[in-house]
Amino acid sequence: MEKLTTILSTAIPLPTENVDTDQIIPARFLKATDKQGFGDNLFRDWRFDKEGNINKNFVLNDSRFSGNILIAGNNFGCGSSREHAAWALADYGFKVIISSFFADIFKGNALNNGLLPIQVPEKYLNQLLAKVTEKPSTELAVNLEQQTLKTPVGEIPFEIDPYKKTCLLNGYDDIDFLISKKEKIEAFETVRLSQ
Amino acid sequence: MGKTLFDKVWDAHVVDSVKNGPQVLYIDKHLIHEVTSPQAFQELEERNIPVARPDQIIATADHNTPTINQHLPIQDTLSRKQLQQLTQNCQKNKITLYGLGHKYNGIVHVIAPELGITQPGMTMVCGDSHTSTHGAFGTIAFGIGTSQVAQVFASQCLLIQKPKKMRVTVNGKLRKNVLPKDVILYIISKLGTNAGTGYFCEYAGNVFEEMSMEGRMTVCNMSIEMGARGGIIAPDKTTFNYLRGRKFAPKGDDFDKKVTYWKTLRTDADAVFDIEYTFDASDIEPMITYGTNPGMGIKISESIPEINDATFEKSLAYMGFHKGELLLEKEINYVFIGSCTNARIEDFRVAATYVRGKQKAANVTAWLVPGSQQVAQQIAKEGLQEIFETAGFQLRQPGCSACLAMNDDKIPQGEYCVSTSNRNFEGRQGQGAKTILASPLVAAATAIAGKIVTISEEIEEPQFA
Repeated sequence: MEKLTTILSTAIPLPTENVDTDQIIPARFLKATDKQGFGDNLFRDWRFDKEGNINKNFVLNDSRFSGNILIAGNNFGCGSSREHAAWALADYGFKVIISSFFADIFKGNALNNGLLPIQVPEKYLNQLLAKVTEKPSTELAVNLEQQTLKTPVGEIPFEIDPYKKTCLLNGYDDIDFLISKKEKIEAFETVRLSQ
Repeated sequence: MGKTLFDKVWDAHVVDSVKNGPQVLYIDKHLIHEVTSPQAFQELEERNIPVARPDQIIATADHNTPTINQHLPIQDTLSRKQLQQLTQNCQKNKITLYGLGHKYNGIVHVIAPELGITQPGMTMVCGDSHTSTHGAFGTIAFGIGTSQVAQVFASQCLLIQKPKKMRVTVNGKLRKNVLPKDVILYIISKLGTNAGTGYFCEYAGNVFEEMSMEGRMTVCNMSIEMGARGGIIAPDKTTFNYLRGRKFAPKGDDFDKKVTYWKTLRTDADAVFDIEYTFDASDIEPMITYGTNPGMGIKISESIPEINDATFEKSLAYMGFHKGELLLEKEINYVFIGSCTNARIEDFRVAATYVRGKQKAANVTAWLVPGSQQVAQQIAKEGLQEIFETAGFQLRQPGCSACLAMNDDKIPQGEYCVSTSNRNFEGRQGQGAKTILASPLVAAATAIAGKIVTISEEIEEPQFA
């Protein structure tokens, strides 16, 4: 996993609430057996119509907006557990998602792919969405070590599980950690099987 | 202080804890399918890590399988490759696979309970958010991402924060024609799609106590639709009777010994939940959804609420509905009875009870997709197949089908579908398709009328079997 420390970037505003993982990556694109190329179909049915024509009204097709931070409405990533949603966002180039609320499974999937979900208060989110929409060149600064998000709307701290923070900062993943627990797991199994 | 049912099962599975961080949770059963497992197998292979406990993994093919002509080679190249990959991965790693055509094949959350794999007090995971279904047995069961599938492959454990605890209590007498699906749609309509996020939800009260195992599965299945990682119901006599004699359930004295333990899996009277909700059963009526998330539900006789909010309006625009609109009498051309929510034998029994002696409306295409081969056989054995086929319904072969439309079972652009599945997201059942979630009874009635209707006749306990 790639290390993530600080990010300085413009952002793309997507104020829609309850963006579900079916919108992030529709089921018909889940037939691949590897993790590559999902970014091409990120938000497919919002970016393109059924005939494959570009939907100019969708923010990812609006040339004024760019950057590797997505600012999304409340309850981002709800629905299906498909990690393909996190792969698609990361493959498209996003490194940070800011929202006032994230669905559980999505949040875990994002963290497991070096994609940082930053939860901010709803009021802050709305101000930030308005600011970025009005001035697309607005830059946002994320500092994972300090756990801060700095924008023209203000500098605020964000929370992250300390273990996950260490993983992101160093590019570690959970498999290495779990394998290091092998003896404890086997001891647990021995007791459990005897019960 | 007492413990909740959830605490009892969770705490019995904690191998280790990271200071100020997650816990190492032991997983008893790991269910896998073709869509969310290939990248996990690939990850292990690249890192040269073996699958730790292949005998605790059960695989099935369900998401991406055709529901007609399953005996023929799969037409779609990518789908065929994905299924071949699953077969290869299972063979290579000595994992039991109930693949396409196997007598135990079916939707992962239908087959594990019917085979007795799901048992009280277990921890179960699957790369599928509706793994919450298995909580009906007093099991901690939840969906995980593919990175976590790889973690469980590698260690039979998950690194995870213990969720908070929530309880939803429903007491009282349910009205006529109110099914378990209506109960959960009602709860989600009251609480919203993120009330459960960060929580594990116990369902309590006489309504759930009196429910069949299949009804409890329908309820727990949709826990994720209010954001909860899982749902859980205390195991009782209904649970034990359901399990007794199933293929992988304990046998003889072992079973009785297990029952003694399972009986301890109840929330203590003095246990405290982080949050509690209580509802009155008599307020619940047959439900339908009108929007693009499962929280946007109303009683079938109610009109769409008038809410001024951009996301709400976007949702109604997609559905082609307006504020204050009554959905009764709305013409519907597609009906789908299936999915891990409502494709068990009781769902088809209740639908058949209503359909018997009637004809589907000429405008309606009605798909019935059983949850498993065993359910399909039961449908034939009990004579339901004949009832449905005489009425003009199309009985297909088992799989996830039009619930997520990964295969060819897609609802056409712009069409409404009254569906017994679990999600009404934009395009969920096909690009531009508009999903209305409902119970199998409401779905059956829609197919007969060709439009959304109230059901005036009382459906008694179905008499089949």
